[in-house]
Amino acid sequence: MAMVVLVLTGCNFDSAKETDSNSNKNKETSEGKQVLNMVEASEIPTMDSAHAHDNVSFTVLSNVNEGLYRLGKEHKPELAMASDDQISEDGLVHTFTLRDANWSNGEPVTAADFVYAWQRVFKETGHYASMFETASILNATEILEGKKPVEELGVKALDEKTLEVTLAKPAPLLGQLLTFPTFLPQNQKFVESQGKKYALEASNVIYNGPFMLSEWKHDTSWKYKKNPDYWDADNVTLAEINVFVVKEAATQLNLYETKEVDSINLSSASVDQYQDNKDFMSIADSEIFFLRFNHNHKALGNENIRRAIDMSWDKKAHVETILNNGSLPLYGLVPKDFSSSPDGKGFRELNGDFNHGTIKEAQKYLAKGLEEIGQDSVKVTLTVSAVEGNDKTAEYLKSQIEKNLPELSVDIKLVPVEQRYELESAKEYDMVISAWGPDYIDPMTYIGMWVTDGSANRMDYSNTDYDALVEKINNENDPAKRYQMMLDAEKMLFEDAAIAPLYQRGLAVLQRSNIKGLVRHPSGPDFSFKWTRIEGK
Amino acid sequence: MKGYFAKRLGYMLITLFVIVSITFFLMQLLPGTPFTDPEKLSEQQLELMNEKYGLNQPVAIQYVNYVRSLVTGDLGISYQYEGRSVNEILSERIGPSALIGFQALVFGALAGLALGIISALHHNSFLDYGSVTIAVLGMSIPSFVFAALMQYFIGVKLGWLPAALWQGYEYTIMPSLALSVTVIATVARFIRTEMLEVLGQDYILTARAKGISEKAVVFRHIVRNAIIPVVTMLGPLAVAIMTGTLVIEKIFSVPGLGEQFTKSVLVNDYSVIMGVTLMYSALFIGVVFIVDILYGVIDPRISIKGEHKL
Repeated sequence: MAMVVLVLTGCNFDSAKETDSNSNKNKETSEGKQVLNMVEASEIPTMDSAHAHDNVSFTVLSNVNEGLYRLGKEHKPELAMASDDQISEDGLVHTFTLRDANWSNGEPVTAADFVYAWQRVFKETGHYASMFETASILNATEILEGKKPVEELGVKALDEKTLEVTLAKPAPLLGQLLTFPTFLPQNQKFVESQGKKYALEASNVIYNGPFMLSEWKHDTSWKYKKNPDYWDADNVTLAEINVFVVKEAATQLNLYETKEVDSINLSSASVDQYQDNKDFMSIADSEIFFLRFNHNHKALGNENIRRAIDMSWDKKAHVETILNNGSLPLYGLVPKDFSSSPDGKGFRELNGDFNHGTIKEAQKYLAKGLEEIGQDSVKVTLTVSAVEGNDKTAEYLKSQIEKNLPELSVDIKLVPVEQRYELESAKEYDMVISAWGPDYIDPMTYIGMWVTDGSANRMDYSNTDYDALVEKINNENDPAKRYQMMLDAEKMLFEDAAIAPLYQRGLAVLQRSNIKGLVRHPSGPDFSFKWTRIEGK
Repeated sequence: MKGYFAKRLGYMLITLFVIVSITFFLMQLLPGTPFTDPEKLSEQQLELMNEKYGLNQPVAIQYVNYVRSLVTGDLGISYQYEGRSVNEILSERIGPSALIGFQALVFGALAGLALGIISALHHNSFLDYGSVTIAVLGMSIPSFVFAALMQYFIGVKLGWLPAALWQGYEYTIMPSLALSVTVIATVARFIRTEMLEVLGQDYILTARAKGISEKAVVFRHIVRNAIIPVVTMLGPLAVAIMTGTLVIEKIFSVPGLGEQFTKSVLVNDYSVIMGVTLMYSALFIGVVFIVDILYGVIDPRISIKGEHKL
């Protein structure tokens, strides 16, 4: 076995040398050119859009490929591969006209590429096949249930450049959803010619987006190059983006210091040291953390007790002293800076804070709740897994709740994250610290969680009025009315004090000040590089 | 000799088989699914995926299937890296780990040897105390502390070597050095103790009395005798390096095996867990075997001919 090691060592040595000369070349050419160096904490799990289900894959796929729509600078959907989207009067049929655009192997991008890719998601049992259901594509539900063959999916190529998408019901969010990487096209001839190797290496994929993946060294780095054949190439400035896989936050910081990389996320340990730095910025992220209450629990099934718990602790002090990483206190379901109404007002600003009360009020609610269930004191378990410092959050919650509401005692149960999901699904918990990142940029990605028996509910919350309202929102085509109903739905959720929001994650970022137009999206891909440029070069 | 090898090989295979079986069944006790982001999967989708990957079959059948493909050398397909074969992942990742591990072992053993010899020959002098201090520090401070300090001072402040990443030979130096610290300390301490003991032996006195040159006494008689216990140390040291790489690789962003192992356990990537466990076990068993053979080479008193051994 040691022999094997020796032989392998020999092999590796050569490849290391080879890459060495490459990297020297990089340094020579990067002088004065539009080159951006980034870090990512993980390898690209997959380059196959049918399987992609994580932010790293989403980011790469959205920058090297393009669907009918693309997320714009302001995170609104913009026509991309499609130059036109004609909607039938009943809102059920969308006819897309495709641009004259080519794949990186010279083949034209056709309507058939979309039909093939979309059906393939079902054939390959992709993670996000459910996205077609969310987008109300005709027959998606029936295909998932195995009641109809995949060929009956509501997507048809009328001719080479015309794609017809049929919906089960009008979908006001269709454009937004179509930016999601699961809806990217794939060229049947190319995918089939690659067989099992498809999307495993940079050379086993073809591209139709602003950039191409020109190099992919697994678990080490990858490199984007500008795609000269991209239809909108004139508006793409960056020539090259290098992404290095660096898992350790302290190492990322050291590489920022040595100027190997241009943008990193700081861990909370380094925030104090760098917050006066000119490169420092704090960015609101859209992942929310909240307490799920088990609504079958005798005490936590009581609305007043839930409200008392939500009001009993200091959310602001928590993000400032315990987390200290740019996170924001959360007093609602939909996070700040995530979505705005048709007339441009933020969702959070419109609905304001919920259950943002005083300790006195909390005590009053608790007394009322205890009387209702006929108990003097209550003991609950708080389930938590030690990710993102949530174990510390749990300690803080326990101390605050027990101090401010002496009738309540809290036991912390620390479990691995995978087990937490299982306990949540089985509803074997009293309270649990949960997180939710949005699937698309619309409040529905949060509001839809709480319908009776929804797969993200996992706490047996059930309010028939709420279910009916969500159903109505899903069938409403007027954007303003729809937005108002979503605001109402959130209100209803907090009238029930169904959950207790904890905080909205924030990012503490160090980024070179000459980088302009690096767009960070609240959902789907983390970044768009299409509009990024480096000033002074 | 041949019989001995065959027998050892047989035992090694049985050991590996037992490890594989135990790991396979223990792994089934891990909570959760191998699919990342389970929070987003509906039950229906989960069912479809379990069916696709054969995870809805009874564990016994999954086990038989696994062993069957294992015999043909197929370690399966990873879950976290969709469609990528475990064989490919392991062969890509073992190179960097083996390289820094090997460099650390060779450099550590040589440096430790030198330090130990100097220390013993200048017993109770300034040099001796100096090397003992180094050895004690090396033993007691974990290698990742050295790694972080080196990265900051050598990489960031002085800029002599790249702070991290994996782009060429100079990128292997700091991780290897950080890993070698434990080796240096362990070897130096052992050599020193052994040499001091050998120095007091009658045969050294005899050798000197016969008028052999000091150089010959030191290298032919003292060092050769003192080195035997070090060989016994190499096995455990190689293992310590294998486990040490887990942290060092993460700090220096080395695309190695160690980090892959911890991650695969955290995300329940069943096939990668099995593959890496198998590989580490094989390496460990292999190292023990080689060390056994080396005894015979270095110490003529130990023979591996006899069937009476083992």
